[in-house]
Amino acid sequence: MTMKATVHVFLKPGVLDVQGKAVESALYGLGWSGAANVRVGRVIEFDIDAADRATADAEVRAMCDKLLANPVIEGYRVDVA
Amino acid sequence: MKAAVVVFPGSNCDRDCKVAIERSTGADVTMVWHGETVLPAGLDLIVLPGGFSYGDYLRCGAMAALSPVMSEVRAAAIRGVAVAGICNGFQILCEAGLLPGALLRNAGLKYVCKPVKLEVTNLQTRFTAAFGSRREATMTVGNGEGNYFADDATLDRLEGEGRIVFRYRDNPNGSARSIAGIVNDKGNVLGMMPHPDRAFEGELGSSDGALLFQSVMASA
Repeated sequence: MTMKATVHVFLKPGVLDVQGKAVESALYGLGWSGAANVRVGRVIEFDIDAADRATADAEVRAMCDKLLANPVIEGYRVDVA
Repeated sequence: MKAAVVVFPGSNCDRDCKVAIERSTGADVTMVWHGETVLPAGLDLIVLPGGFSYGDYLRCGAMAALSPVMSEVRAAAIRGVAVAGICNGFQILCEAGLLPGALLRNAGLKYVCKPVKLEVTNLQTRFTAAFGSRREATMTVGNGEGNYFADDATLDRLEGEGRIVFRYRDNPNGSARSIAGIVNDKGNVLGMMPHPDRAFEGELGSSDGALLFQSVMASA
C-alpha cells in the first residue's frame, strides 16, 4: 500500500541553531516578544510503498539515518500515514 | 607525484586546486568527474575541492558524499592514499563518514571570505611536514558553513591524538575549539576549511598552501 511519509529534521538540542536565533530576534523586532526558543528545521514529504505501516516506518527511519538527517547534528521525527 | 582532483557538479575550486598542486609540486594532476567508478592508477593524492556540490542540497556535501566516485575515494583512503578535502571537500568527507563531526552554519550567520591566520597545530602529519618548525600559516577562508562541530568526546579524542592540524588564531565562524582542519585516525585523510589552493604563491598574498601540497609530495 502507498502511504505518505513526513520527516521533520531539526538540529539537536545543544547544537547552535543560528537561523532559529536570527528568526527569533526578527520576531522580537516585529513586536512578538513572547516568542522564544525558535528552531528552524526542514520537512521532507514523500510517498512510500510498503506492506504495512510498521515496515514503512522502519524504512523511513533507515532513510533518515543514511541520508535525510545527519545524526551528528540532527534529530528527526517520522510520521507515516 | 600523481594527483587527482574530483569534480562534482557545483565544484568551483577544482581548477584552482589543479593549478595549485601543479605549481607547488610539479605533479601530474588528473581531473576526475564525480560519476566515474574508477580512479587513475598509482595516485598519491586525491583532492575534493571547494564549491557548492549539488547546490548544497539537503546539507552541504550530503549529495556529493553519495556520488559514484566516492566509493573509490573511500577505498583509496582505506589503502592509505592521501585524501584532502578543502572547504566543501571537508564537508563532503564529514558527510561520507571519512572524518568525524560536521560543519554547521557560521555562528555569525555571514558568509566569511577573508585571509585568516592559522596555527599549524601538528607539524608531524603527511600534510604539514614541509612547514618544518613554522607554527603559523595564512590562508583564505570562503564559506557560509565552516563552523566545525563534534561532541565533546570526539573533540577530546581529536585533541588527545594530535589530529587537530590547523586552528584559527582568531576564530571566524564559531568552530569548536577553533578547529580549522583535522585528520582521520590513520593520518592520511585531511579536511580543512581554509584554502591552500588560494595561497600557493606570493602574488596571492600567501604561499603557505604550497607547503601543504609539498608535504604530501615528500611523503609520496
